Amino acid sequence: MAQLLQQLLNGIFLGSIYALIALGYTMVYGVLRFINFAHGDVFMLGAFAGLYLNKLMGPVLAAVPWPVAIGLVLLLSMLICATLGIVIELLAYRPLRDKPRLNVLITAIGVSLLLEYTGQLVFGATQQPFPALIPRTNVGGLGGLTVTTTQVLVAITAFGLMLALRFIVLKTKMGLAMRALSLNPTASALMGVNNSVIISFTFGLGSALAAAGGILYASLYPSIEPFMGILPGLKAFVAAVLGGIGNIPGAALGGLIIGVTETLVAGYSQQIGIPSGYRDGVAFVILILILLFKPSGLLGKVEREKV
Amino acid sequence: MSAKLQLDNVTIQFGGLRAVGDLTFAVNPGELIGLIGPNGAGKTTVFNLITGVYKPTAGRISFNGVSVPGHRPHQITRLGIARTFQNIRLFGSLSVFDNVRTAMMMHLQHGIAHALARGAAYHDEEASIASDVLDLLDIFGLRGEADTPCKSMSYGDQRRLEIVRALATKPKLLLLDEPAAGMNPTEKEELMKLIQFIKDKFQISVLLVEHDMKVVMGICQRIVVLEYGEKIAEGSPDEIQKNPEVIEAYLGTEASGS
Amino acid sequence: MKNYKSQIALIAALAVSMGVSMCSDSLDAYALDVMLNVGINIILAVSLNLVNGFTGQFSLGHAAFMAVGAYGASIVTLEMGGPLVRVFGGPGWFADSLTFLIALTVGGVCAAVAGWLVGVPSLRLRGDYLAIVTLGFNEIIRVVLQNTSGDGPFGGALGLKGIEPFTSFFWVFAIAAVAIYVIAALVNSTYGRGFLAVRDDEIAAESMGVNTVRYKVIAFVIGSFFAGLAGGLYAHLRTTISPEGFNFLKSVDVVVMVILGGMGSTVGVVLAAVILTVLNEFLRDFEQYRMIVFSLLLIVMMIMRPQGLLPAEFFARRRKSA
Repeated sequence: MAQLLQQLLNGIFLGSIYALIALGYTMVYGVLRFINFAHGDVFMLGAFAGLYLNKLMGPVLAAVPWPVAIGLVLLLSMLICATLGIVIELLAYRPLRDKPRLNVLITAIGVSLLLEYTGQLVFGATQQPFPALIPRTNVGGLGGLTVTTTQVLVAITAFGLMLALRFIVLKTKMGLAMRALSLNPTASALMGVNNSVIISFTFGLGSALAAAGGILYASLYPSIEPFMGILPGLKAFVAAVLGGIGNIPGAALGGLIIGVTETLVAGYSQQIGIPSGYRDGVAFVILILILLFKPSGLLGKVEREKV
Repeated sequence: MSAKLQLDNVTIQFGGLRAVGDLTFAVNPGELIGLIGPNGAGKTTVFNLITGVYKPTAGRISFNGVSVPGHRPHQITRLGIARTFQNIRLFGSLSVFDNVRTAMMMHLQHGIAHALARGAAYHDEEASIASDVLDLLDIFGLRGEADTPCKSMSYGDQRRLEIVRALATKPKLLLLDEPAAGMNPTEKEELMKLIQFIKDKFQISVLLVEHDMKVVMGICQRIVVLEYGEKIAEGSPDEIQKNPEVIEAYLGTEASGS
Repeated sequence: MKNYKSQIALIAALAVSMGVSMCSDSLDAYALDVMLNVGINIILAVSLNLVNGFTGQFSLGHAAFMAVGAYGASIVTLEMGGPLVRVFGGPGWFADSLTFLIALTVGGVCAAVAGWLVGVPSLRLRGDYLAIVTLGFNEIIRVVLQNTSGDGPFGGALGLKGIEPFTSFFWVFAIAAVAIYVIAALVNSTYGRGFLAVRDDEIAAESMGVNTVRYKVIAFVIGSFFAGLAGGLYAHLRTTISPEGFNFLKSVDVVVMVILGGMGSTVGVVLAAVILTVLNEFLRDFEQYRMIVFSLLLIVMMIMRPQGLLPAEFFARRRKSA
């Protein structure tokens, strides 16, 4: 029982990060109807931004209490990645605004590879240790559960950011414009929404969340490399589809489900008689099943093609 | 040549919306029937039900005695129902010739093995299809355009090509979805003659969805009027023009014949 | 006679492959290796083009089918090669060729079955969803192969070693010629126009009596079959294979060829396979820049020239309106 609870908890911590990344996929899909393949690489860049910020600002960060330090690193990397996301959209996706979605998808694959291999060139191909921004102490004890401060903080930050996003989308003017745009781009433009600005804003917001996800992920698994974004990115995408792509609470739910399922499969692999390496295949099996049986996702709406 | 289409109490529900409710009407062999109604009355939905794009929630649709629901759209085309689309849906990258050729494909005697072997039987069949396509294009004055990419044709020609393509499936019943949309008065005159001509020349029945009252009143033998997915009237053009319910549905504007 | 031009061209190509193959010993070993790579990539690109280019079903999992073919063929030669050679009259040119042919066919058929398995459920999906599912399939195949037992027939993460170097110039280019012939003959026939109709407008295609489901499955099965053959050739050229060699990036390599050449243009895609394979050799010393160049190429192509270098329209033959 304790083992099950422990696995569930670990799954929720991991899942909350997937959820953060999934939000970016879902928001971009909401406004542009395409899968931003490069989103997982923005997540990777977020982690590297954290690493380099930590190196550059070492003395400053050492002088302030650790919660301020991590907040600073988090905010700055989010800012850097938000800018990057906006630039990517501007250079690579905007010229294709009225082109077939497939062209945009191919471009996105190109952007993804470009970020990965440029990352390899700049950061080096080897694994690099990620600094412990959060002191690693065990805070759990209840029933023999192991919970570290890192894990708690990861979950708090992730859920805090999700709530912040919910606030932005539901309560602000920008959020209203985003929702209008995702329902009908033409109509929203006619109602005076500057679609281009909103799309840039969405990319910025999504990329900022991905950067936060990157830092949190690197705090949980403190070893980073330029290709670290591929698998979490794909899994988060699956989470977005599982929840119903374009649906924000759905993405959060999907992230948690994927995180928990994956952790359970890895944790119980011996009992169910499969190699623990299969954990990376879990998300794809879920993806195929959901697309076959409920393509609109758990919380999504059915879209019908007009004939 | 043609066969009877019968709809009995057909209903389709999209979530809470009843797009078509309890609709009953028939298209008898050789008839030219108009299906009219205000925007959003469910006319195109009826087409999508007949052609298998949607499945009715309740009711029966039969063509030539065969039940239509449950068949996939391509199977329904094989039963002898062909259609055009409200928004032109040609095969954009193909030439005029190939657009029509593709629609003839379902009458091929030989399949994939012959296409790979490229023997005498294959070449004979390809030649006979090519001549059929050109004959058909000839009838509609499009032969000269055979090699033109369909995208570069004028709007009116594209609409015409859609009709030709539908005819290439050798249908018994042709469904035309707003063929006059976007046409000028002269083009509409020509279209009316064209539809009459098709009906007589190919001995088929036609079901026409159209907004333009002049076209509908001018050529249809019988008209079915839909409002909110339900049939509110059916009759000859004269009867429909005098029907108070229809006039009300159109707020007395269009029914007077614009 | 003019009706049989394509068959004559095919036989000529087979004869030339045979001729070159017979004197391949006098060729520079490195040049020969590059040529064989070119040929294998032509098979991959032309077959993916049937799925992505002609039928418009964007697949990102071609390497998975290649993997199935490579493992299928290699397991045949590794596990049953000896007995087969003995059955066919002992070691020698004849028995080797026959054994290899059987191995390749088994690999191709396994890949075709895999293509069918992926094709059928994927039919409901379009565009980017299909792309992700095929990518997912690619990853699943890789993960499963990696987690097989190291002592078993699949060799686990290290893969298979000591595969007989059966692949010769003849096998590569004969199969490339057959692939080109099959796909060109198919799409240019009236029957094959259905693939293009599915790509251009699925709903209109259905309404014109085109069984879109069948076309998509056929495209997947034929495309995977040839990818499987390419995998078998690759395995018996390199003599070692591992799951990592058939990852998502390998699929992207083939996608880049199809896009650079022009989706739906067989000539363009063949040309792109040649250019990119040779370019790869030149960039071998700059490995870290290679993928940067490729990815930039993808982005710039999509923005500046999405139809590819030699788009299909370029070759749209004017049919004689007799």
